[in-house]
Amino acid sequence: MVDRILGRGRDGKDARDGRDAREGKDGGDARDAHDEAPASQTPEEAKAAVWNRVQLARNLRRPRILELLAVIADEFVELHGDRLFGDDEAIVAGFARIDGHRVAVIGQQKGADTEENVRRSFGMPHPEGYRKAMRIMELAERSGLPVVTFVDVPGAHPGPESEERGIAEAIARSVGLMTRLRTPIVTVITGEGGSGGALAIAVGDVVLALENAVYSVISPEGCASILWRTRDEAPTAALAMKMTAADQQALGVVDQVIEEPADGAHTDHEETGRRIKVAILRELDRLAAIPVDLLVEQRYRRYRSLGAYTELTGPAPTPTVPPRGGLADRLRGLIEAGQRAMPAPLQVGRRDEPPAREDV
Amino acid sequence: MPMKFPSFRSRRESFPEKMWTRCPSCEEQLFNKQLERSMNVCPSCGHHFRLPAPVRLGQLLDEGSFEERDSGLVSVDVLGFVDQKAYPDRLVAAGLATGLRDAAVWGFGRIDGQPIAILVMDFGFMGGSMGAVVGEKVARAAEGALAAHVPLVIVSASGGARMQEGTLALMQLAKTMAALERLRAAHVPYVSIMSDPTTGGVFASYAAMGDINLAEPNALIGFAGARVGADTIGQELPPGFQRAEFLFRHGFVDRIVPRPDLRRELAQVLRYLVPSWQEASRG
Repeated sequence: MVDRILGRGRDGKDARDGRDAREGKDGGDARDAHDEAPASQTPEEAKAAVWNRVQLARNLRRPRILELLAVIADEFVELHGDRLFGDDEAIVAGFARIDGHRVAVIGQQKGADTEENVRRSFGMPHPEGYRKAMRIMELAERSGLPVVTFVDVPGAHPGPESEERGIAEAIARSVGLMTRLRTPIVTVITGEGGSGGALAIAVGDVVLALENAVYSVISPEGCASILWRTRDEAPTAALAMKMTAADQQALGVVDQVIEEPADGAHTDHEETGRRIKVAILRELDRLAAIPVDLLVEQRYRRYRSLGAYTELTGPAPTPTVPPRGGLADRLRGLIEAGQRAMPAPLQVGRRDEPPAREDV
Repeated sequence: MPMKFPSFRSRRESFPEKMWTRCPSCEEQLFNKQLERSMNVCPSCGHHFRLPAPVRLGQLLDEGSFEERDSGLVSVDVLGFVDQKAYPDRLVAAGLATGLRDAAVWGFGRIDGQPIAILVMDFGFMGGSMGAVVGEKVARAAEGALAAHVPLVIVSASGGARMQEGTLALMQLAKTMAALERLRAAHVPYVSIMSDPTTGGVFASYAAMGDINLAEPNALIGFAGARVGADTIGQELPPGFQRAEFLFRHGFVDRIVPRPDLRRELAQVLRYLVPSWQEASRG
């Protein structure tokens, strides 16, 4: 019959119960996604609410990995370079001590002003950034350190030099490495979770997200320009993609949402950091108790089970060649004959035109 | 990413029966019979036409050797995604146009007598975009290759992850890479063949990660859309940017193989990749 796998990170109920129990413990820093969505919202209101979150996620004063580590970590040693090409300042990586836990930390860092943004290429990593991240992850595995990643990225750098040096290969390799890394991984989506550039450091055993963080397969502007043919429909696309932290939790992509201070994370870095710290410490303790073989197997199953499909049984798929000879076909034949008769035939074979593409 | 979704009509126009096709590259009018004989490569300029999955399988595999697996998988519209058309309607239209249930077909077959697991993508189905079904089939193909101890071959043709499935489509990058990492750990070889186009999340996961990467001439292969890149960065793009030859020059493709040589060259590299214990166990 129908074999249905919904996007649930774990075996649904157990994980959910565990999550509830954990929420109880830390006194309401985390909350369930479903508290929030008001039942009676018009589509326009819903769109505005989502777009407001996208703006908050992109707020220039939102804390990035360095600002958060200043609050969270007792000590931070930044490490540089991918040993292959250079050092990408769009990704910050190193060792940190958090409340006595020694961990490896990795995250994207956007700049606070124009000068810093040029240096950090607006927080869009090049391949060398992800290769530095992989180097630190492998080092963490060998040293028995858990990995904590902080995700805030519009997307990987889309320029020619990024392609030349293999941005797709770097992302693929990093994602692959994380699926098998033999040490716990805690991921926190703190701002923009922009597609492959985010996922490359976001394949965690557990994925946390700040309340106003967003996560999507493509930027809402990119999605709108392809499907609605105008970037102006970005809020519509943002709503359709269900990119808020709460929606992502409902889909099973995010495990837990961390509430932000009243007016957003950018208004209070201290309090935001404190709440993230509580959540990270709890997850580090929980994951440390799991034998590493089981941990890696659970991580494999988490990502292996994401995505929804059904399986149809019964008759074979529809024929490759659709039945011919209907009225529509005859009409089409006439039209095509007409086109052929014209001196400058209409362009055919449109599927061979270069496609409009987008970053993923 | 998904791009222009070819409509029912445009696909039919590409290969109408008993008619000719205009080469989009050199504008030569080609008889379809002639085009078929030349493996859908333009005899006058060498333009490689995009191939429906069944045609690709027919060109690569020994005749009658293909056994399809998991043909019943279909996507579920979890997000309730509606743009100018509802996602379920797009799926139905794509199914009618291609005769497929999603953008990938996988199964076991033989090439020059050597057993392989093979997955072929079809750009005609929603731009070959990767959603849960494509990701699941790639993972099952990798697991199937691992269980049967036969090499895995994947022929990519895709605009990237399927927007209509949101981050669940993005998660297919992790799903497919997780399965491929296990294949690699077990020393089972994987050959990736990139055809026009191989972009976005498909390029940034399994397509880029073959033990051997082959590409068809002039295939569009890239991570970010050239337009997006130019918009975001405000930079001039180098000539031939994101073509197979560009990737080859920068070291990400082992060989660029014209389609008429593809079957022979694939069989040739597979003979080096299959460990001798397997030869023995088969003999």
